[in-house]
Amino acid sequence: MMLDILMIEDERNIAEAVRFILGRDGWRLRLHPDGEGGIEAIRENRPRLVILDLMLPNRSGTEILAELRSDPDPALASTPVLMLTARGETAAAAEQADAVLAKPFANQDLRDLVRRMLE
Amino acid sequence: MPERPLFLERASFRRRRLGDAARILPVVAAIAALAPVWWIPRQLSFAAGAGWLFGLWAVLILAIWALHRALLRAEAATLRAESAVAESLAPPAAAAPARPDQGDDDHAL
Amino acid sequence: MPFETLVAGCLAYVVLMFGVAFAADRAAARGRVRWLDHPLIYTLSLSVYCSAWTFYGAVGYASRSGLEFVTIYLGPTIVFTAAWWGLRRLVRVARMHHVTSIADLISARFGKSNPLAALVTLIAVIAATPYIALQLQSVRLSFEVFATESPTGAAMNGATGGTGLWVAAGLALFTILFGTRNLAADERHHGVVTAIALEALVKLLAFLALGVFVVWGLADGPADMMSRIARAGRDPAVADGWVLRPDRWTALIVVSAAAILTLPRMFQVMVVEAADEERLHVAGWAFPAYLFAMSLFVLPIAVMGRELLPAGSNPDLYVLTLPAAAGQNMLAFLVFLGGFSAATSMVVVCAIALATMISNHWIVPGWLALRRRPAREDTEDLRGFVLNARRLAILAVVAAGWVYHEASGGAAALAAMGLVAFTGMAQVLPAMLGGLLWRGANRRGAYAGVGVGFALWLGLIFMPSVGIGHPPVLPSGVDPLAFSIFSSLTVNTLAFIGVSIFGFPDPVERLQGLSFVSAVEPIRYSRTTRGEDRAEPLLAMTRRVWGADSALRYFQAEAAAQGKTGYLPDLTPNFLTRLERRLAGSIGAATAHAMIDRVAGGVALTVSDLLQVADEAHRAKEEAQRLENATNELARTATQLREANDKLTALSVQKDAFLSQISHELRTPMTSVRAFSEILMTPDLSEEERARFAGIIHDEAARLTRLLDDLLDLSVLESGRAQLNVSASNLHDLISRALQAASATRSERVFTVDRDMPSEHVAVITDADRLLQVLINVISNSRKYCDSSRPVLKIRVRQPAAGGAAIDIIDNGSGIDGSRQKLIFEKFARLNDPARAGGAGLGLAICREIMAALGGEIDYLPGQDGAAFRITVPRRPPSGAVPTQEDAVP
Repeated sequence: MMLDILMIEDERNIAEAVRFILGRDGWRLRLHPDGEGGIEAIRENRPRLVILDLMLPNRSGTEILAELRSDPDPALASTPVLMLTARGETAAAAEQADAVLAKPFANQDLRDLVRRMLE
Repeated sequence: MPERPLFLERASFRRRRLGDAARILPVVAAIAALAPVWWIPRQLSFAAGAGWLFGLWAVLILAIWALHRALLRAEAATLRAESAVAESLAPPAAAAPARPDQGDDDHAL
Repeated sequence: MPFETLVAGCLAYVVLMFGVAFAADRAAARGRVRWLDHPLIYTLSLSVYCSAWTFYGAVGYASRSGLEFVTIYLGPTIVFTAAWWGLRRLVRVARMHHVTSIADLISARFGKSNPLAALVTLIAVIAATPYIALQLQSVRLSFEVFATESPTGAAMNGATGGTGLWVAAGLALFTILFGTRNLAADERHHGVVTAIALEALVKLLAFLALGVFVVWGLADGPADMMSRIARAGRDPAVADGWVLRPDRWTALIVVSAAAILTLPRMFQVMVVEAADEERLHVAGWAFPAYLFAMSLFVLPIAVMGRELLPAGSNPDLYVLTLPAAAGQNMLAFLVFLGGFSAATSMVVVCAIALATMISNHWIVPGWLALRRRPAREDTEDLRGFVLNARRLAILAVVAAGWVYHEASGGAAALAAMGLVAFTGMAQVLPAMLGGLLWRGANRRGAYAGVGVGFALWLGLIFMPSVGIGHPPVLPSGVDPLAFSIFSSLTVNTLAFIGVSIFGFPDPVERLQGLSFVSAVEPIRYSRTTRGEDRAEPLLAMTRRVWGADSALRYFQAEAAAQGKTGYLPDLTPNFLTRLERRLAGSIGAATAHAMIDRVAGGVALTVSDLLQVADEAHRAKEEAQRLENATNELARTATQLREANDKLTALSVQKDAFLSQISHELRTPMTSVRAFSEILMTPDLSEEERARFAGIIHDEAARLTRLLDDLLDLSVLESGRAQLNVSASNLHDLISRALQAASATRSERVFTVDRDMPSEHVAVITDADRLLQVLINVISNSRKYCDSSRPVLKIRVRQPAAGGAAIDIIDNGSGIDGSRQKLIFEKFARLNDPARAGGAGLGLAICREIMAALGGEIDYLPGQDGAAFRITVPRRPPSGAVPTQEDAVP
């Protein structure tokens, strides 16, 4: 069974909200709660979409994204990434991400964005 | 101003000569304690010898006392004279007065 | 005099000595050192030179050999005629280098070589053991004199065999109590020195009283005495021994002159315990005068003893038996106390000096060499180790003396045993004088001289004295002792000079040589330091040697002198040189050198560097000094400016970061709140899910409120409008409450709390709730971040001299690395753990503001093996800090 979405987010409650919202839409979703080991989790699970928080303990979302984009495997390197940010500096984060969503977000916006990116 | 350096020279001269005396004193003391015994040991072994020894000893103690007193006074006088000179030469000599006679001390032994 | 009275009087005297030492130590601890520092106390302490050998033995010596006994005092007198230029320089140089013993002086001069110091220590120990035995024997003999006289004493005579043991045990106890209080061996032992000064007075008074009694009581005044001496000289049985022999006369004066400089106990009182060289202005004449007074009546006592006492009496005990036979019980008791004083003061000082040498040059280097490998991790308390090593060495030294005394049966004449020690230590003299006077002297020369001298002394003097081998067989007319002294010292000196001439010293040695010979401050030399991050390990190392308080105080003062705030100074060559010398005062030059090298990086010193600094130092000393002052001033100002500039830049960056952080901190809980409230609006949810989601919304809203509270709190504190509810409270209660409240944080972790309850009872006038808030915050932080598997929280309260209290809270986790230590008190400066612990990273920033409002401080203490905070509370808050009611309302 292939994984649809891997979410890297350290805020437990936000992760739970996203899991609930997208789970009801039928997406298979898995969570990784830390910046450390984030890239390994992506390589292991090969998800169709990565939802990545910008502010993570130990390794920032930007670092993980940069490493993902420079992966030797072209299929993996081009995995779509949705970046979540709470700081408002969306422009910088958007450079390599496929989409950026600012916290707090409307649940409908999240669902639409994910559906668009996966279909 | 011209007579002040003269004063300095005098104080420092006296200090140097006292310093010389301080260096010679141990040599004099050693000779005074050793030579007579090599010369006339038998005469110095009894009552007369005791008189000579304790007399010499008392003289040495007094000499050390007097020398230290004189040297301390001379040192104070030199310092006073020097600070007086330093004041009279005010602007260029604003720095702390140099320690006098340094070189002499270093090679003394 | 009943034997029991004697024993009781003697015990009372011992109690008095303990009391005096204790009182002097207390006075010194309170800073009342003025009278303790008097040059006369120093002079009197020098009288440890007059041991029991002098007190009892001089009369015995005089009755056997006439005036020859005077040599032992004449040598030191001649040395003291050189007090002005010789001894003052010795003391100055030794204090400059924080020298702890004669062995340390030699080692420091010859390139900080520890094996050389170990060799000198070996000689000192071998020479001193019989000498200490001699002191114990003299006490035992003097007890026996009284014991055999009284009927009850005769019964107890067998018991006096144990006297040696009791005396030895008492002396070891006294020495350990008052001799190992402070770690810095170059610091003064006020208690010991004061007790010894008092004993010196007792010695002198006892001897003078006896002398006066003999000359005016037994004889008919000085004239009669002189004629009695002359009559004794005509007695052929006496006269033969009394005729002076020039070779012995000269050799003994040379050896005693050497002994006053090199005997460990003399070096201890004359050099190590001297606060400065100025006291030699008084001691210069007063100490020879003391010796004069001690020897004035020796010959009269000897002559009268010979005349009045039955033939076959031991002349070494005339001083006791003469007044006892004349029925002068009180005088005999006074003389007994004098002899007791002489013996005990010698043993105490000798044991302190030898123990310092043994621990600094044998035990500590050996132990450090054994555990060279895990040097990086060694966290143990070196201070405790060094002190214990010293205590152990004291026990060993005194015990060795006692064992020797028991084994030898105490038969030898007193004088012979004293001379063995003198001649042994005299072998160090050529290296010592050469080191101080001749820049060409080097380490190999010192090894050669001291080594050869040591070997000759063992073979010619020491072995025969303990009954192994024979004194050298010589043609008649040549005195064996004089020959042994001259030959060993001559060969020693020749070897020292010869090998020095052909050797070439290494750079460290040449620098030390320059400093010792010219009596100038040791020249700072450049070390390659591995960057600023070595300051903290250096502090950690220093703390292990000195203890946390002294190390922090020293580092803070050094940093302040460089114009820096905090506890970590730049590792300038100046600072390293100073630190090394201060450490040398505790553990010896060689070990201090090695330890600093290991932590701060090796010596990078080439011969051309050396010539350069030497040149500079020699030719332009004063100019350099003036320039240096100006440069230091400039450097300080520059450092301050740089710090101010850095701070301004950082502030501007901080402001931006702060806004961005606030945005993040507000948006994060808001995201959950919004997402779950939207979810709750959907109809098809189970009751259970609804309840859970509502709970989450509630938690996140609470988190938002907390954040807003914190921000508000901070802004009120920062603007200085905080209202303080000042009351008196007990720190102990506050700490207990804080521990209780903080235990809710990560309550699953079990912390061992290490408190020192009695010291916590300090009353402070402050805002108790605010202080509690700070304590809870710091303790909670420890509970959150301490990563040790067996976490320990140590809390210590101290009362600084300025009043108030300092609370140290230290855990045993991995601490905070140097680069982050400055940031932790900034807003939102959470370390690698955003949000994980639930706070917003404002805690320590608020703590800092609270402490500022309370007139105190909160600091991070580096180098404590864990995260460590010091909270300083003033006695009362600053008066302006209590605003009026209107101001406080925003």
